[in-house]
Amino acid sequence: MAGPVSGAPDGVVEVVDARGLLCPLPVVHLARAAAAAPPGSLLQVLTTDPAALSDVPAWARMRGHALVARTDEPDGSARLTVRTTDPDAPS
Amino acid sequence: MPPSAPVATPRVVLDAAGHAPPSPRVRDALLAALDEGWGDPRRLHAEGRRARALLDGARESLAAGLGARTEEIALAPSHTQALHAAVLTVARGRRRVGADVVVPAVERAAVLHAADAAGTRRTVPVDRLGRVDADAFAAAAGAPGVALAALQVANGEVGTRQPVDAAASAARAAGVPLLVDAGAAAGHVALPDGWDLLTADAGDWGAPAPLGVLAVRAGVRRAPVGPSDEDAPLTGGFPGGVVVPVALAAAVALEERLAARDADDAARRALVARLRARVAAEVPDVEVVGDPQDRLPHVLTFSCLYVDGEALVGRLDAAGFAVGSGSACSSSTLEPSHVLTAMGVLTHGNVRLALPPGTATADVERFADVLPGLVREVRGSLGASHL
Repeated sequence: MAGPVSGAPDGVVEVVDARGLLCPLPVVHLARAAAAAPPGSLLQVLTTDPAALSDVPAWARMRGHALVARTDEPDGSARLTVRTTDPDAPS
Repeated sequence: MPPSAPVATPRVVLDAAGHAPPSPRVRDALLAALDEGWGDPRRLHAEGRRARALLDGARESLAAGLGARTEEIALAPSHTQALHAAVLTVARGRRRVGADVVVPAVERAAVLHAADAAGTRRTVPVDRLGRVDADAFAAAAGAPGVALAALQVANGEVGTRQPVDAAASAARAAGVPLLVDAGAAAGHVALPDGWDLLTADAGDWGAPAPLGVLAVRAGVRRAPVGPSDEDAPLTGGFPGGVVVPVALAAAVALEERLAARDADDAARRALVARLRARVAAEVPDVEVVGDPQDRLPHVLTFSCLYVDGEALVGRLDAAGFAVGSGSACSSSTLEPSHVLTAMGVLTHGNVRLALPPGTATADVERFADVLPGLVREVRGSLGASHL
């Protein structure tokens, strides 16, 4: 289920497909991708879980990541884009 | 108990919101009222008159305990029905003014749904602590076309108190009736008096649930939304009558709570402060939510990152602790708590505590002792231990 899917937009390191998964799994899979990605990476998660719409931004805030965008997909899922924190980036 | 009997895990109820355990005195009052007040209070015979006298006494006592006059209060089958009736009857009575209902995003679902049914919801935002923006509330209440504005005394899920006095001034200035929902607060804290309508949940103060109370000040313009009913005068407006022994037990429970309120307040405020500190310090990646100071004395809510809330509730239950949760990690409830969502805090891994009076310090410490290990177990089962 969760894992890389094809067709990642420009600059996005990984798209986590968490469609059909319930909380807290979308956030867990996204966090796993964030842990594996270099600092400052763009990541996306596809989710159908209403809780993830609140919990992905809350997780990003707790971890110092930034929520970049949220868009609705044609299949009814939501796509949330996060940039992981980069301690070396100029503020 | 025979020596061979297994030792049961002692139960610790930390989930008293809307269903507080009844005290021995409330239990005795309920049983006595079943013997004395089983009759039909509409009847003119001795049994009926006895039930009627108990009901009248219960209404008088409940009104006094809530800061209302006896003739202002109605007994509702539930808090939910009291809220529905408050919103719908005022919206109907003021339909020439408009159909907008001003509701903060963290009001009870019953208020939000009734606002939708009555007209158009005008939502007032809250901050990260769950506190309603008083200026936004005043601006919304002052706009044209508002039938009613609603505000809770405090949020029952996170404990944060709301700016009711400022809201009452704004509503009065705008000529808009204010519904103050004392659910979760009545029986625990002193209630404000700037309301036009007041609702309360008798289950919060240890009465047999459900039983709701609706108080309406004289002069508030309302119109009925259902068929007329001959029982309505007995309850003060709700059709079908009321369970007299339950009403009496609710009155006894409220008197008992109010007599001990100051001592209970100090004891539970200290326990919750202790728990807030221990949970924040000893559980990694936890968000303790709600206002740490300006809050109900007995409510505490926190969310644990990478934790399935229902799984944590189950493990705590197995360890002897009854707690609530606003998470929606099971397939039965897909929508997480609208309160946590409106606050912008984590909704999964949520645990909601409401301490009944008399909660023992040792039980609270034991809860804080076992919690970190149970959180670690749930995280481990999800493969999320090192994220």
